[in-house]
Amino acid sequence: MLLTITYREKPATDLGFLLHKHPARPQTFELSFGKVYVFYPKAEPEECTAALLLDINPIDLARGKVGTGVGGLFDYINDRPYAASSFLSTALARVYGSAMSGSCREKPELAGKALPLEVHLTNLPCRSETDKLKEIFEPLGYEVSYVEHGLDETFPNWGMSDYVDLTLKGTVRLADLLNHLYVLIPVFDRQKHYWMGDDEVDKLLHHGGDWLKTHPEIRWITRRYFNRKKSYVGSALRQLLTEEEAETGISEETEDSTATADTGDLETPPATEPETETALEPNPERKKRRSPLNDQRLDAVVQAVRDCGAATVADLGCGEGQLLRRLLTERQITKLVGMDVSTVALARAETKLKLDRKAELIRNKLTLFQGALTYRDQRLEGFDAACVVEVVEHMDPDRLPAFARTVFLHAAPKTVILTTPNRSYNKNYEALTDGKLRHPDHRFEWTKEEFTAWAEAVCKDYGYTVRLSWIGEIDEDGQQPTQMGVFTKCG
Amino acid sequence: MRIEIPEFCLVTLVGATSCGKSSFAAKHFKPTEVLSSDFFRGLISDDENNQECSSAAFDALYYIAKKRLDAMKLTVIDATHLQEIARKQVLNLAKEQNCHSVAIVFNIPEAVLKQRNAARPERQLPEHVIRRHANDLRRCIRGLKKEGFRFVYVLNGVDEVDAAEIVRTKMWNDKREEHGPFDIIGDVHGCFDELTELLTKLGYISDDAGIWKHPEGRKAVFLGDLCDRGPRNVDTLKLVMDMVDAGNAFCVPGNHDVKLVKLLLGKNVQRTHGLEKTEEELLAQPEEFREKVKTFLDGLVSHYMLDGGKLAVAHAGIKEHYQGRGSMRIRDFCLYGETTGETDEYGLPVRLDWTAEYRGRTLVAYGHIPHIEPEILNNTYGIDTGCVFGGKLTALRYPERVLVSVPAKAVYYEPAKPLAPEAVEVTDDLILRDVHGRMHVQTKLMPVIDIREAQTAAALEVMSRFAADPHWLIYLPPTMSPCETAEEPEYLEYPTEAFAYYRKNGIAKVVCEKKHMGSRCVIVLCRSAETAARRFSVTDGTRGILYTRTGRHFFVESTMEGIVLDRLDRVLTETGFWNDFQTDWVCLDTELMPWSEKAQTLLQRQYAPVGIAGRNGLHQVVAALEAACGRSALHFEVDATTSGQNVDLNAVLEDFRNREDCLGRYTDAYRAYCWNVNSPDDLRIAPFHLLAVEGQVFTDRAHVWHMETIRKYMTGVDPVFMATDYLVVDVNDPDSVRAGTEWWLQLTGSGGEGMVVKPETYTAMRNEELLQPAVKCRGREYLRIIYSPEYTKPEHLERLKKRSLSRKRQLALREFALGVEGLERFIQKDSLYRIHQCAFGVLAFESEPVDPRL
Repeated sequence: MLLTITYREKPATDLGFLLHKHPARPQTFELSFGKVYVFYPKAEPEECTAALLLDINPIDLARGKVGTGVGGLFDYINDRPYAASSFLSTALARVYGSAMSGSCREKPELAGKALPLEVHLTNLPCRSETDKLKEIFEPLGYEVSYVEHGLDETFPNWGMSDYVDLTLKGTVRLADLLNHLYVLIPVFDRQKHYWMGDDEVDKLLHHGGDWLKTHPEIRWITRRYFNRKKSYVGSALRQLLTEEEAETGISEETEDSTATADTGDLETPPATEPETETALEPNPERKKRRSPLNDQRLDAVVQAVRDCGAATVADLGCGEGQLLRRLLTERQITKLVGMDVSTVALARAETKLKLDRKAELIRNKLTLFQGALTYRDQRLEGFDAACVVEVVEHMDPDRLPAFARTVFLHAAPKTVILTTPNRSYNKNYEALTDGKLRHPDHRFEWTKEEFTAWAEAVCKDYGYTVRLSWIGEIDEDGQQPTQMGVFTKCG
Repeated sequence: MRIEIPEFCLVTLVGATSCGKSSFAAKHFKPTEVLSSDFFRGLISDDENNQECSSAAFDALYYIAKKRLDAMKLTVIDATHLQEIARKQVLNLAKEQNCHSVAIVFNIPEAVLKQRNAARPERQLPEHVIRRHANDLRRCIRGLKKEGFRFVYVLNGVDEVDAAEIVRTKMWNDKREEHGPFDIIGDVHGCFDELTELLTKLGYISDDAGIWKHPEGRKAVFLGDLCDRGPRNVDTLKLVMDMVDAGNAFCVPGNHDVKLVKLLLGKNVQRTHGLEKTEEELLAQPEEFREKVKTFLDGLVSHYMLDGGKLAVAHAGIKEHYQGRGSMRIRDFCLYGETTGETDEYGLPVRLDWTAEYRGRTLVAYGHIPHIEPEILNNTYGIDTGCVFGGKLTALRYPERVLVSVPAKAVYYEPAKPLAPEAVEVTDDLILRDVHGRMHVQTKLMPVIDIREAQTAAALEVMSRFAADPHWLIYLPPTMSPCETAEEPEYLEYPTEAFAYYRKNGIAKVVCEKKHMGSRCVIVLCRSAETAARRFSVTDGTRGILYTRTGRHFFVESTMEGIVLDRLDRVLTETGFWNDFQTDWVCLDTELMPWSEKAQTLLQRQYAPVGIAGRNGLHQVVAALEAACGRSALHFEVDATTSGQNVDLNAVLEDFRNREDCLGRYTDAYRAYCWNVNSPDDLRIAPFHLLAVEGQVFTDRAHVWHMETIRKYMTGVDPVFMATDYLVVDVNDPDSVRAGTEWWLQLTGSGGEGMVVKPETYTAMRNEELLQPAVKCRGREYLRIIYSPEYTKPEHLERLKKRSLSRKRQLALREFALGVEGLERFIQKDSLYRIHQCAFGVLAFESEPVDPRL
């Protein structure tokens, strides 16, 4: 919200000429999202400080008039009015536009010259990436220092906040300094307040062109600037680098799917975590778009469906239809049902499977509907096989008996193919320390022994036999990441 | 001719073209009862005579016919029906719908047909067609009964057609005019002594002629299986026959009774399962008695609908869509139930449990399958308690729903499967249909609550992914609306409006309760895991639960839950609550503090960051502005209207000083609701509604009663459980209102969230319309954590004051009605699915996009 620039060469008040803002004349500017004030806390020949104060209206923000917020409780309680963000970049470009382009009528020689300047930036959210501050700003010739803040001094156990007050000292052209800030503030903050359009690449090239090309962290900066929107990253990198250099930098990133759900609940954090479990791989350097484990798992399930000869198959907890897509082309299957509790997932499945464009023969095989595995459901009765892939771990353990009754007692297909993570393998994931689970929504993950015991109990209670198998890379203890049970109804 | 047809049946008109079917139908039936093939041809093709569209026309006709029969509406199909294949289709529909089929045949001389045909210029058929029709008809008449029509009436000639009269008769099973009260008695199997003892216990007396009757006119209903296996079969038969003959009882047949009829009819039956005993007794009786028994048993109707359709009785039970209908399939179901065709380890047939899926509002009483205790599930009562096997003989009193039993005096017959106590088996599985699609829930407080499909779809996701075992969720708390927006300039909410709401709705006294800022928490506590299993059908060994307003376990860690429940149990034991309320479980509505216990993530991701960023940022801004203002600056003209213009920095400084102050207050506001919880000792639980105990829902008690009862029984023993401050205000007394306002100012001035204003009584109505059960009035400082730290800035406040409460208030009422209804259903031991629908409804409404700040 506050950006100050200090100049200490006599006559320091020349800063006023450079910024096109008279040190004795506090000014205000109206922007679409609030007001900007420019004033001089200090204006002596020895030292002159220009302050840019951005005043964002929090109510406008919350009501969705500004920025990308959709409205909702969380936006009323919002750090945007106080943080250094893309709003500040926009304000810089608007208020210091002339300085940014390096023009200065009165003192053109000063504008073209590297000057000893000091910048102070309040509340830059940098999410414990303070190391990155030096990696990003030092190559540009700055001496970097910052002050961190705890979340709340009354509750030291809550830990540190994301915000730092950043001070940069360096001898740079003022225009360069402003361009650095314009590009790099949103690189750290990441919450762009506007929809990125096609001119976004041009903006980056305009403000970052020369210095960004030679910056050692060009890829990181570019990716973050576009919030990992791949097409923009690629386009920008191709224009900044030679073709070959650029290509190596693009394919690593996938689009972020950041689904946010406003629950209006005072107790739930705003964003639901994106499904990252399929992305979680022991090898930290992801090379392929889709996880091989996910493929292996689905292959195993499809093979199990083939082996049991099922003609009618229900995919219980079908999600966005990854398994359905494979099953649709299995010729032995004449009737296929995809059920999920999430209507959003079902709508996505419908789109992703391109059902409206499929041949009728294929299209008519499949029915998608909403349902829940803790409710008995007549629509699920009479199938040859049911697949329950990576579903049970999303249920509270005390709901598992109801799940077992729904699937094994009431739906009672001839074959149930069920997969779930093997906790005994989690030690191979670097991120999963202290007994963490693979996905924030996992309520439990079973060890080999626990899964075996549960499967056997189900068989005993509901008259099934089970064949257990394990899927994926084998570690030194013989553990594999996914476990699968193929249950066959007796008699 | 007098044509008698059942009130509910499928009538088939059979006759050649021009035979007068349509005019006959128009004369004797309602237009909507008659489905004519001509009409459907017209609908499909705009031409009633277009034979090419017949197939599509009949499809449509049968579709409608099926819908009518589903709704138990008499239906007449007006088509020629001269081909057997066409009649077969009608008969199949009747069978599928379990309704009687009636054929009315129009046997009209060929000459008349030809004459009429000639008189219809718009629709003349060739003569050979008329001739063929007439021939087809003559040929089919004899075989109609054999084809499967239950009733066949042939009208010979035009005169008979004209003279015919249609009389609709009641279904045999229709005793809806009998309102009882009834005492429904399970399988007797010749246990005469126990039967007389039971009748005596129920208040029946034997008159001079030895006929049992109830002095208050109650009627007995026997569920069949009167004989076999037991010691006194003839006496039992006599007693029952006499009671039925005298109009003191009803009786439906059991499988044993039907077998006995076969024996008496001289058919070849195996004399097993105790039939040999009955035969032996009967052979000692005069022929005339045997004849009487035969006639009596043979005339029994497989099920009865009683008391306006609210009660159904059948030996082996009856599914909802069989009730009131008649077919051989239904008769078999009523006698034998449904079996899979397999047998179990005892050699007994494996039965399909129709009761688990039963969702009817008609109570079904049945016998047939012996259990050691009556089986009560989803509004069905299985009351064969195996008297002849040494169990007991049980009666269900209706409408009281009270069970009365007498123990067997002996084991008269060894059961194939031992009659032993069974472990509590939970069979009341919820069915998706119960909560899927559009839902209508009837409540006492609001007539019908309509829940839309999108709402139930959203609730299904939340319920199935996050909520605890539905057996626990007998109540979900309703949302609460704030009071109207304050007129007071500095405030968004102020007590004046809260008091005014009740004053204008004719409520004189209100109770102001301090609003705790924690998290809503419903507590269900049973005295033991055994109680939990028996009363809540929760069999995982837990004895209670603390759950959130969305039905989720409050604590992720079950150990914390266990400790809190144990401590509450200790408090209730020590204060004598369990004894005083004669209960072994309790349900409480509470607020659990600190807020940070549940909202830790939210605080760390949202509230604290905004606080620190705001305080830090504004502090630096103020310092910079102070420095700038402190400089001996040149003076410029200030024109604030245009951009890039000069600004009065002193005014800006003043503004930002205020805002810095706001951020400080905001931080203080949320901090007041946070503390670290290192052990259960650090928790605070403030119960504010004593919702229910066994047999009682306390929504009929005043709020002061709730407050005082909670203070007396739940506080003062364990510091975790605390009372809630409250104040009674007379909204018509200015002094009292002033005192209430002062009280609120004090509360909110010292960091309190605010208060909840409730009418004196738990539920309050005006002109039969439910009033808001409570409105909240939140403090000025508290609202910073809702409406943003700086919301008190006049220009913000002015905008925020434009808010609409009507949607929120509608939701609050419906959710309140559903909450109370759920509790009442639970207390009445209603079925799980019926209780669940209430909680589910609340969750469905909570998915509505309504301003979350309200």
